[in-house]
Amino acid sequence: MSKNLRITNNKFIDQTSRISFKFDGKTLYGFKGDTLASALLANNIHLVGRSFKYHRPRGIMACGSEEPNAIVQVGNDASMTEPNTRATEIELYEGLEASSQNCWPSVNFDIGAINNFFSPLIPAAFYYKTFMWPANFWKLYEYFIRKSAGLGKSPTEPDKDIYDHRYLHCDVLVVGGGVSGIMAAKTAAKNKLNTVLIDDKNILGGTTLFQKNECFKINNSYSSDWLKKEIETLNSLKNLTIKTRTSLAAYHSYNYLLARENLTDHLCLNEKKDKIRQRLWKIRAKKVVIATGAMERPLIFNNNDRPGIILSSSIKKYIDYYGVKCGQKVSLFTNNDSAYETAISLNNNGVIVNSVIDIRDKTNSLIVKQAEKLGIKIHWKSSVVNTNGYKKINSIEIMKLSDNGTAVVGKKIKEECDCLAISGGWTPRVHLFTQSGGKLKFRNEDNVFLPDKTDLDQISIGSCNGDFELDEVIENSVNLINKFLKVNNNDYVNLEIISSKEIDKKNIWLLPSDKPLGKTKPFLDFQNDSTANDVKLALREGFKSIEHVKRYTTTGMATDQGKLSNMHALGIIAETAGVKMGELGTTTFRPPYTPLTFGAIVGRNIGEFFDITRRTPMHDWHVEKKAEFENVGQWKRAWYYPINNENMNEAVQRESKAARDSAGILDASTLGKIDIQGSDTSEFLNRVYTNAWSKLEIGKCRYGLMLNEDGMVYDDGVTTRLSENHYLMTTTTGGAANVLSKLEDYLQTEWPELDVYLTSVTDHYGTVSICGPNSKKILSKVIPDLDLSDKEFPHMSFKNALIDNIKCRVMRISFTGEHSYEINIQSSYAKSVWEKCFDAGKEFNITPYGTETMHLLRAEKGFIIAGQDTDGTMTPVDLQMDWIISKKKYDFIGKRSLYRSDTIREDRKQLVGLLTEDPKEILEEGAQIVAETNKQPIEMLGHVTSSYFSPNLNKSIALAVVKNGKKLKGQKMFVPMKDKTISVTITDTVFLDKENKRLNA
Amino acid sequence: MFLINCPYCGERDQSEFTAGGEAHIVRPKQPTELSDDQWAEFLFMRKNIKGVQLERWNHAHGCRKWFNMVRDTSNDKIHAVYKMGEKPPIK
Ligand SMILES: [Zn+2]
Repeated sequence: MSKNLRITNNKFIDQTSRISFKFDGKTLYGFKGDTLASALLANNIHLVGRSFKYHRPRGIMACGSEEPNAIVQVGNDASMTEPNTRATEIELYEGLEASSQNCWPSVNFDIGAINNFFSPLIPAAFYYKTFMWPANFWKLYEYFIRKSAGLGKSPTEPDKDIYDHRYLHCDVLVVGGGVSGIMAAKTAAKNKLNTVLIDDKNILGGTTLFQKNECFKINNSYSSDWLKKEIETLNSLKNLTIKTRTSLAAYHSYNYLLARENLTDHLCLNEKKDKIRQRLWKIRAKKVVIATGAMERPLIFNNNDRPGIILSSSIKKYIDYYGVKCGQKVSLFTNNDSAYETAISLNNNGVIVNSVIDIRDKTNSLIVKQAEKLGIKIHWKSSVVNTNGYKKINSIEIMKLSDNGTAVVGKKIKEECDCLAISGGWTPRVHLFTQSGGKLKFRNEDNVFLPDKTDLDQISIGSCNGDFELDEVIENSVNLINKFLKVNNNDYVNLEIISSKEIDKKNIWLLPSDKPLGKTKPFLDFQNDSTANDVKLALREGFKSIEHVKRYTTTGMATDQGKLSNMHALGIIAETAGVKMGELGTTTFRPPYTPLTFGAIVGRNIGEFFDITRRTPMHDWHVEKKAEFENVGQWKRAWYYPINNENMNEAVQRESKAARDSAGILDASTLGKIDIQGSDTSEFLNRVYTNAWSKLEIGKCRYGLMLNEDGMVYDDGVTTRLSENHYLMTTTTGGAANVLSKLEDYLQTEWPELDVYLTSVTDHYGTVSICGPNSKKILSKVIPDLDLSDKEFPHMSFKNALIDNIKCRVMRISFTGEHSYEINIQSSYAKSVWEKCFDAGKEFNITPYGTETMHLLRAEKGFIIAGQDTDGTMTPVDLQMDWIISKKKYDFIGKRSLYRSDTIREDRKQLVGLLTEDPKEILEEGAQIVAETNKQPIEMLGHVTSSYFSPNLNKSIALAVVKNGKKLKGQKMFVPMKDKTISVTITDTVFLDKENKRLNA
Repeated sequence: MFLINCPYCGERDQSEFTAGGEAHIVRPKQPTELSDDQWAEFLFMRKNIKGVQLERWNHAHGCRKWFNMVRDTSNDKIHAVYKMGEKPPIK
């Protein structure tokens, strides 16, 4: 460690506990309390990265979340490494490993830096423009652009850390623990309001915490000492919760806010273990106090991006808080008073202060007079026109400004330095205010956007509200807090405040140089590497809106969302375009305020907790039988049951054959089941299904098709009349929830007069489906006293029965075209009934089959699957299901739409069957269908919706939707594939047992 | 993220609700007597107001009841909620 950069009389850093860490592979030392940035600076390391486009060397520039350059990769574990973290926000811990990003192969020798010499060739929107050059060129650029663009490495293995989400409700949320935030929190808590104070730093106090300057005193103490006493009194407040290391990420409507609390990031590696790393707080606050302070602006001048050029207030924090000298010979460049505080702090700590270069003509505020008294040299009405030094600044060039500030005049003075402090004034942190929907107003006097109108119960106080002088911060904050909370706190009324006040203000957005603009590099957005010249070019190319200029030049589009660059970009645009800044508006700040880890966003909702998994009562049986599973919505459904290393095709062929030859058993528990009761149920069914329901007898089942009001098929299923006013409706597995909510909607809003009650019973019953020519024999073994004769128990009917004294409902319905039964029984008994049926069926080689075989079997019969053969654009007529549309019913959902001019068009896509010329050729689902092969471009007439090889027909079969398909029966069509063209013939949709003989076999 | 005052349950987080579009669009009692244009007016045409709008909401993960809301779409301010069948409390 370079001892001479660290001062020893410092209370914030524990200089007795030394911490070792690695940066770019090199072992370095810092102290407890350091950030990575302060520790690097103490080791005289400024160069921490390369710029995005030109790969210019870049150094630490700030001390907080606005840092644009010191973006590092933390950790080298494949599961824990984290890119794009700001060195200024990483608290140093033993064993920390970090490395520079955006440099290849290394920060000191960077291939991309060659871009810097070609920079006239890389204008604004260079990357966009490469897309428009000949496509072949792009292949050449892409490799290098991707490789050299940097932006860190993603972890390659799952994150091992634990993340958490929690809710928090409070009366008052105070965001920011500086002077005004602390006063607000104390006032609220003292008045019995449940208050939460959050701050992103590890310690409360903001910048006042280390303010030891004669010009800023409260009740005769330094403002820092006064504040420390205030902070101490917070501990006794019962209604106050303080959360440090917690940054507010997002502020949504209705005072809903997200805050990320860092719990272990500052701990050493073995202390982190098994602890929750970050917690995302979901906060609902009755009232919100924003006290987020202000950010210092940089100045925009030629070569303002060299390592060693640092925001003046950050240099002050590094010396006054961290005890680190950013340089030994420092020059300061400013347009306002605050740089003088830095100059005085540096001077008091033994750093050589070369001079302050101030663009103002002259000013006589308290703080400036103090600096002058200390002998600090001031270049009034001057500007830095250039800086020198490649990997670190070594000198600056100073010239006098012309009277109107647009040019520099006179002799150039060169000043040697190893650090340049810059201060372009202050920008209130209004990000959260605008995120919450608040509207800003512009204050011309010092060019700031301030909170104006909001619809939420919130206030902004302190410097984020435009109060920059200590006395104003305190007086205005106290008044605003009292009014906002409707209380009268007198703690802060009779304070004796000394505060240096800024008297003269002057601002030049783009400082002039002695060189023509095109030959200079005045950087605006340091992270995305755009210069003032890029913004001017965009304006010349015709861009006018700030949002367009931002996207075209990428100014403000980097991970820092242009925290430092936005104001200057706006200023330069306004100046160049000749409009007032207030009228130009500002860009939108979007959440999160600082980047959130994916871990914090997803919290515990990972792996098996990512989504709900629904399992049927027979699930374990399927697992035991080594079934492969398919996800259908949230359900796990048995897909197929491979035996002896069968692949899916082999298993499905075997299962399909067995189901038709003898017997198959299917777990149909996932089908949606809605219990419907009420005296108007049959009328209700009449209105929601296309077919007629009035005459359905008790004990009978009927298939129904449900449309949307636009006439398109929505869902289908069988509904059974259990008793006079009691029905059981089934829906598709995926449609269950939507059907229920749609039916509820109609009942509650359109037909409240109907006496109908809906209850979802999907999970309450398990469903065992047995099909095939031997299904009757099997069922008679399971329920011996049930009369299964066709007369007593015909197709499409239902019986109550008992299995082992347990009530169940047996429906004789079929989705396969085979003689088949469905047993519905309370879920808790479903597995044992399933096993009973399986055992009873063993002598008939009963074969369990999954969803794939079910799909194949129904396709042989031409039965549709809503959602596979339909896609929300198919009417029943399109599906050749005209038979299911009641002609007698006056109305049902979607009826009127069935004869709109568009739905009666004859050339709509219609469902047809397809047979391939080669019966072994299986079509791909989704493949396009054309009528000709030798024409280009060729009209796509439709596509394949379902396709299988049928073992029962020993040929390939498919369902498809084809334009005007009904009339094309028998016609030859083509399915062009990548490597061949398949000839097909349009057929009927029913391939097997057209006479439905098997239903009664 | 809104805080919605369900007329049956009280204040609940927006995540418990689903939105159902413009309110007070009555399904025609005699659809068969409507021209294509009239039917299309019911089926497709919505006002999509910037400003105060009457809309339908469902407390889907709560009481499952549908109700109406007066909401200003320009600032998401909810002026009132009222039950199905009731008249909007403001014009
Ligand atoms: Zn409710």
